[in-house]
Amino acid sequence: MAYHRGMHEHNPTPPDPFVRDGAALLACVGHGPGAARVVAAAARLAALAGSPWHAVLVETARTRALGEAARLAALEQLRQAQALGALTSVLDGDEPAAVIAGYARRHACATVVLARRACLPLPWHAPVTRRLARLAPQLDIVEVAAPAAHGRTTGASADAAAMPEPQDGAQPQPRRYLAALAASLGTALVALPLLPLLDVANVAMLFLLCVVLVAIRLGRGPAIAATLAGFAALVLAVPRRAYDVSEFKYAVALAVMLAVGWITARLTADLREQAEAAIGREARTRALYEFARALSVALQLEQVFEITRRFVERSFGARALILLPGSDGRLAWPEGERLTVMDMAAAQWAFEHLEAAGAGTATLPNNGHVYLPLRAPMRTRGVLAIRVAADADRRALLVPEQRELLDAFAALAAIALERVHYVDVAQEAVVSMEGERLRNSLLAALSHDLRTPLTGLVGLSESLTLSKPPLAEAQMELASALRDEARRMVTLVANLLDMARIQSGGVKLNLQWQFVEEAVGAALRVCRWQLGARTAATRMARALPLVRFDAALLERVLCNLLENAAKYTPPDARIEVDAEVDTRDGMLLLRVCDDGPGLPTGREDALFEKFVRGRQESPIAGVGLGLAICRAIVEAHGGRMRAFNRPQGGACFELGLPLGEPPALPSMDDEADAAAQDHVSHTQEQ
Amino acid sequence: MNTDIAPVALIVEDEPQIRRFVRMALEGEGWQVHQSETLKRGLIDAGTRTPDLIILDLGLPDGDGITLIRDVRSWSPVPIIVLSARIDEGDKIAALDAGADDYLTKPFGIGELLARVRAALRRQHKAIGEASSKVVFGKVEVDLQKRQVLRAGQPVHLTPTEYKLLSVLLANMGRVVTAPQLLREVWGPSNGDNGHYVRIYMGHLRQKLEDDPAQPRHLLTETAVGYRLQP
Repeated sequence: MAYHRGMHEHNPTPPDPFVRDGAALLACVGHGPGAARVVAAAARLAALAGSPWHAVLVETARTRALGEAARLAALEQLRQAQALGALTSVLDGDEPAAVIAGYARRHACATVVLARRACLPLPWHAPVTRRLARLAPQLDIVEVAAPAAHGRTTGASADAAAMPEPQDGAQPQPRRYLAALAASLGTALVALPLLPLLDVANVAMLFLLCVVLVAIRLGRGPAIAATLAGFAALVLAVPRRAYDVSEFKYAVALAVMLAVGWITARLTADLREQAEAAIGREARTRALYEFARALSVALQLEQVFEITRRFVERSFGARALILLPGSDGRLAWPEGERLTVMDMAAAQWAFEHLEAAGAGTATLPNNGHVYLPLRAPMRTRGVLAIRVAADADRRALLVPEQRELLDAFAALAAIALERVHYVDVAQEAVVSMEGERLRNSLLAALSHDLRTPLTGLVGLSESLTLSKPPLAEAQMELASALRDEARRMVTLVANLLDMARIQSGGVKLNLQWQFVEEAVGAALRVCRWQLGARTAATRMARALPLVRFDAALLERVLCNLLENAAKYTPPDARIEVDAEVDTRDGMLLLRVCDDGPGLPTGREDALFEKFVRGRQESPIAGVGLGLAICRAIVEAHGGRMRAFNRPQGGACFELGLPLGEPPALPSMDDEADAAAQDHVSHTQEQ
Repeated sequence: MNTDIAPVALIVEDEPQIRRFVRMALEGEGWQVHQSETLKRGLIDAGTRTPDLIILDLGLPDGDGITLIRDVRSWSPVPIIVLSARIDEGDKIAALDAGADDYLTKPFGIGELLARVRAALRRQHKAIGEASSKVVFGKVEVDLQKRQVLRAGQPVHLTPTEYKLLSVLLANMGRVVTAPQLLREVWGPSNGDNGHYVRIYMGHLRQKLEDDPAQPRHLLTETAVGYRLQP
């Protein structure tokens, strides 16, 4: 390896001082055998310097003339570079040094790595390195030797030796040469009879015209063939006698014609190829632009599918298919498509590894499809599968310009899919907000509509018990029963509505620091009537701390537990409510216990499920909603709930409310109170 | 209020069955009852009938009952008892703050209703006939002039804050007092966020004055609304 710094030679030294930190490195992958070594060297240098690197393939008229095989080999090297972490591109241009210098400037590359070329010792055959140094003196140039086994490089000599054979014409090779020869023959038929009238130079001009036309229409090779044919025809047709007099004059005219024809053929053919390349680029850009524009209005998945299918068909002549992942992260089998298990596995691989798979890639290259992951900014949206029917298709998809276009298509489709996804998300959010609003107003209306007749029922039945003259005893009992049932109904409705509110997430807890003692007292007062003749005792541990809870909801919990205890115990049962602090769990425990028959063992937790009751066929009314609501409320407070049988008999329901950091007590008042305490007791003693 | 002729009550309630049993209950107690189905009608009747008591449903179809409370309060101290659904604690506090005297949660019993009515009227009588210096509830006797509290004949030591809290409740005997109102009157207007002060001192009062502080008979909690001193 030889290092050039600008125009100066240096001895081989460790590479890191030469590769400037932070600046990128540019590897020029040529069409010659040195390409592999260029890629390897550039990758190593970039890794040593920790800098990003680019790999470019410069295609000129000359390299295009090398044929398809050389081109594919070069592209393979480019792909290698990509696999090693390079940003790759294929550049078009006439003058490789100018193209490389321009690219290096645009991408802030400070170092260029390229293969050494053998050059003819002619002034216009200066190696690329020297021209590059002249164009961009600030660049460091690293020249990599070609492998010894392939001594000959593809310099100018190789160029001259290779018979130019453009591949991209519409007509097959032999026919194009025949057409060129026919054109020359036609010219000869027209021009040669004119020889006696015109000068040889003038007739040669006609042949040159023919060569130019052939070059434009049929390319370089046929043009050169036409030149040779014209030259031969002219040599044969020039009268013998003319040689003796002015042999030298004719010789000059014919030689000039040959040279001009040759140069014209090459120039014209180069122009034509560049024009074709430009047209190809323009077509790709336009396809991309039109694809993007078509996708920009798509609002539904089906539209994205359809547009992608249409544009891939148009640009690549291949069938495209978008595979989307299901909720489990696996790609779903598309409907009405014949894909094998292997196809789906390849697609899944591409989806998971975020790399292309299938035909023309390193993974499963024999598959009938190319699979491109659809990577969007947020996540991978799916896989674009493109059917590759024939080998020709496979090659067409391998060409980097086409691959780049395909990648761009995939990126656009991915972004469109993501946009459609977020459109859906936004719509769902709106729908869910609407739903919540509807649900809340429905619950409010329902609650009002149910409560109003029940209020009437409770009040009217009570009026009956108070009516004057007083009812007979039997009627009085009926009226009382009516009133109590109506009140039970009220509780039931309240439970149902609360459950609906809690389940729909529409409950906002009105959390306040307060004493459970107050909630117990309020619940016992409000729900006392449900207990009938049962006694209710409270046992509160001393100095219970303040805890945060929603008083109305906790009252509902306690009322439900009291009602539950009343329902499943004999009328003379004793119900106990006690509270204490469990410092180990950081909970304040509140228990409602009874001395009744207890819970069915083994089903304690199931009791808290909705619509579950201790005994399936029970004569006691209720749907088993009460305990479910208790648990929902307690859990909304961050607490927990459990049920167990007491060792001395009877059921116990325990709820825990998390202890927190209660707010500060009114300390200033306490001091004032303490100071005033003496005064108060003093006055009381008087 | 003229005690010679039957006192006049006005029921503003859109639901006929509820109107009916409230009317029956009040008529049983010797009231003359007028009924309005809408807020608009209620506002007119409140002006023309000059009732001695208004029973008002907060959930009227044609407007917010609180507007009626404000309107009536601007010219009359007539007792107003509000009927409201259980879940609307905020509405209850708003109605009480706007000047309502008391509230009943639907569904309510007739006993409850009549107790509220009596309490409201008693308070009004007292306001006219000047309060006596001694108040008794249960075993507790409070001498307002001597600032002395006896329970079952034994003197009870109350701190100044406790005594102040008790005196506010005494002044509103039988009537619910919202927690914000207690905070304002006992601790001053800048203590709006210290709702737990009231609960702590209420706990102290219960410890000192109730037989079973967990099942109070007089110092009652009106869940999420406030407190009531029940005679």
